[in-house]
Amino acid sequence: MLKQYSFEETAVQSFDAQTTLALKTEDLQVFYGANHAMHDANLGFPKNQITALIGASGSGKSTYLRSLNRMNDGIATVTGKIWYHGVNINEPNVNIYEIRKHIGMVFQRPNPFSKSIRENIVYALKANGVKSKADLDERVEKSLRGAALWDEVKDTLDKSALSLSGGQQQRLCIARSIAMAPDVLLLDEPCSALDPISTVKVEETLLELQKQYTIIIVTHNMQQAARVSSQCAFFHLGHVMEYTPTGTMFSNPQIPVTQDYIAGSFG
Amino acid sequence: MEQTNLQLNKPDSQTNEWDARLHHATRATREDWVGRGISYLCIGAIILVVASMLWFITSKGIATFTQNHVSVLKFLTGTNWAPDTGHIGAAPMIVGSFAVTFAAAIVATPFAIGTAIFMTEISPNRGRKLLQPVIELLVGIPSVVYGFIGLAVVVPFMRHLVGGSGFGIISATFVLFVMVLPTITSMTVDSLRAVPRYYKEASLALGATRWQTISRVILRSATSGILTAVIFGMARAFGEALAVQMVIGNAAVMPKNLISAASTLTSQLTSGIGDTIDGTLPNNALWSLALILLLMSLFFNALVRFIAKRGQLKHER
Repeated sequence: MLKQYSFEETAVQSFDAQTTLALKTEDLQVFYGANHAMHDANLGFPKNQITALIGASGSGKSTYLRSLNRMNDGIATVTGKIWYHGVNINEPNVNIYEIRKHIGMVFQRPNPFSKSIRENIVYALKANGVKSKADLDERVEKSLRGAALWDEVKDTLDKSALSLSGGQQQRLCIARSIAMAPDVLLLDEPCSALDPISTVKVEETLLELQKQYTIIIVTHNMQQAARVSSQCAFFHLGHVMEYTPTGTMFSNPQIPVTQDYIAGSFG
Repeated sequence: MEQTNLQLNKPDSQTNEWDARLHHATRATREDWVGRGISYLCIGAIILVVASMLWFITSKGIATFTQNHVSVLKFLTGTNWAPDTGHIGAAPMIVGSFAVTFAAAIVATPFAIGTAIFMTEISPNRGRKLLQPVIELLVGIPSVVYGFIGLAVVVPFMRHLVGGSGFGIISATFVLFVMVLPTITSMTVDSLRAVPRYYKEASLALGATRWQTISRVILRSATSGILTAVIFGMARAFGEALAVQMVIGNAAVMPKNLISAASTLTSQLTSGIGDTIDGTLPNNALWSLALILLLMSLFFNALVRFIAKRGQLKHER
């Protein structure tokens, strides 16, 4: 039986004016019909850092993440504010296609298109009017290098992306996202379908990528959060309970619910 | 605790008993046999029916060439169809059949794809509630009704619009268009629904617009399914007899334009089969037309299988 924890007792950090934030949410709420899936999420994401969102299944972390680049449009009702470069992007008249170019997303299950490796990466570029072959080739190489996949696939760029291993497919999806040169990269449990060795590769890639991108990663795996993230937010039943630097979260959790989750009492 | 026998590969005192127990038939094994027997019987019966139909049509159809000594080439390319006087050039009907088939498919496919996109991507709810029943209804209407509407509405309309009798390829195309539309649409809908959701998500997350996602990802990965749908539609158009016969005019002459009377393999078959005597050239000639129809449907079938196989290779992951 899951213990009842008070949703009043939270420990959510906010950042001072010196910290540059890439993205920030204010009182973000998500409803699936009558189901209130996310309550008042007030989180800021420091630029060029990896922030991990952890919590049990159904805690709302994926729902929250998907709201950030408006992937919940048409699926759920999202209220509250999402600040990006001083603009609230959670408004109906905002161009969602522009948002998604700047805030990229990688999904739980590797989902390359059934096209060649090259076509997967240039897909979005072509859709945005990049035509020159030289430009496209350059972006392909750059993004594959960024996702640490270049050396493995440089000779087989025209082979089907579906012939790659699961880990390679996931890194291709990361490459596909960064080809659009986004600011922020959202990752929804990117390693949950991967074996440990592929997971290590993806994690190394992320640690390298944080120099250029702000990364927000949802993970089930607390060790993964500890390994890659600088900030860590703990979600519980649709509430953000604790948000602290990762070191603090794992060595000195502030409130009982986090202590129990970190200790493995539930989840 | 009993003594453990580690040497299982050597017979012991109880082996005979176990041998009997493990080999005798029970209710379960007998049910297996009966079930398997019934399945094989049914499969055998179906194979027998199909094989004998193939044999029957083929043997009757080649009689024109073996007994009446008409050359195959002349039959396929000759343009004079007058079996009573010994002229059997089937080219007018072959051309007529292909003309109405391709024309109907070309006209119907854009409508079908548009409807299918609306039903799956644009408005899935209204699509399912409104359009699905409409399409199912269109499939269920007997072809004689389509023919009758064609005769009562389309033919006079064409007569009024372009002059002439109103009978002809264009009227047949119009009727076939309505008849193949539901076939192509419903199969296209199935293939669009089969496109994995995560393709769509991946594309949208990259900032692609709805239209880009539909045209470059969804339609692209459903291509083999859509092609299959179009071929099924063509097979239906190619084989449709009654409705076509009622509006095409049934003149066994090479069609010169889209609005003069023409005929197809099927319309010639249905209108001619009652007037001929078994075993004579006119009768054999009709069987030869039937043979062409059979070969074409086998061809359509093979094409569908070929496309399905290629599509499968592409989607393997």
